[in-house]
Amino acid sequence: MSWAPDPRMIPPAPTVSPAAAPERPLDTADEQFLRPFMVTGGRTRPRHDGLRVETLLHATPDALGAPLRFEARRIVELCRTPQTVADLAVALRQPLGVVRVLAADLVAEGHLRIEDQLGELPLALIERIRDRVSAL
Amino acid sequence: MSAHSSAVLAPVAVKIVISGGFGVGKTTFVGAISEIEPLVTEAELTERSVGVDDTSVVRGKTTTTVALDFGRITLDEALLLYLFGTPGQDRFAFLWDDLVDGALGAIVLLDTRRLEDCFPAVDYFEDHDIPFLIGVNNFDQARRFELDEVRDALGVDPRVPVVECDARRRDSVKGVLMALTEEVLTQRLAKAHAGSAW
Repeated sequence: MSWAPDPRMIPPAPTVSPAAAPERPLDTADEQFLRPFMVTGGRTRPRHDGLRVETLLHATPDALGAPLRFEARRIVELCRTPQTVADLAVALRQPLGVVRVLAADLVAEGHLRIEDQLGELPLALIERIRDRVSAL
Repeated sequence: MSAHSSAVLAPVAVKIVISGGFGVGKTTFVGAISEIEPLVTEAELTERSVGVDDTSVVRGKTTTTVALDFGRITLDEALLLYLFGTPGQDRFAFLWDDLVDGALGAIVLLDTRRLEDCFPAVDYFEDHDIPFLIGVNNFDQARRFELDEVRDALGVDPRVPVVECDARRRDSVKGVLMALTEEVLTQRLAKAHAGSAW
């Protein structure tokens, strides 16, 4: 399925993955004047609470065939591989709070699945983090 | 470490928060080790009138956007470490709860010329029982302090690690991250020993 950024998207999203997103300077004054929560229909609170900035989201198998528009479609496409809320915010160049609302909608509608969110991290995972950091 | 042979590990993302006063070197610190360079933004939802400064803050009618430092380190194929800088200015303190929720731990960067700038961060992590350490960022011209002296001046618990760092150097930043993960482990083991967790 081909999909190009709709000019009405605010602002047009880059077509690259977050990992490959080009460095960009701080927004210029022109870009700055926008109302971030326009793309959420003015809603500022997510329908599904508990999405953290580092929560990993994964598109469900039939999400790509769903009639989604604009940012929602872009999010689902990016989430073919798991993406965090923060990565999505960078890719869409939207504030975290905006992406959280959009992603929460998609979770509620069954288009995105939350990868298991750990409560207290298991000891073995903390050890793995330490070992991997020291190997950097 | 034993590798799981059969099943593909579910990806896990963990987060460390980088905190400290305005201009203490958080951006440099994150940039020294992150594999990406983007900033991520958050919007403020009040009608408060906010002054403009050259770091990120944008004047809007009803919203203000603040740029947050954000870094990512792929630790292995299924383990991502995210670094989030907390905004240094008091007026963005409302963002902290969101950013800190679920964090593995926190690093409070400190500039010895402006020791008091890190007090709010230290208070916050103490109050919320988040494992943290103090990273004394050594600026070129800064007077060098003994780390014990810094600890005394801050009045933090003697067990809180105080380490030197140079936020511009990747090795140094890596050392701070290692020290924090050790601290998190130590606290967890102490808790397990006390019989509260396991």
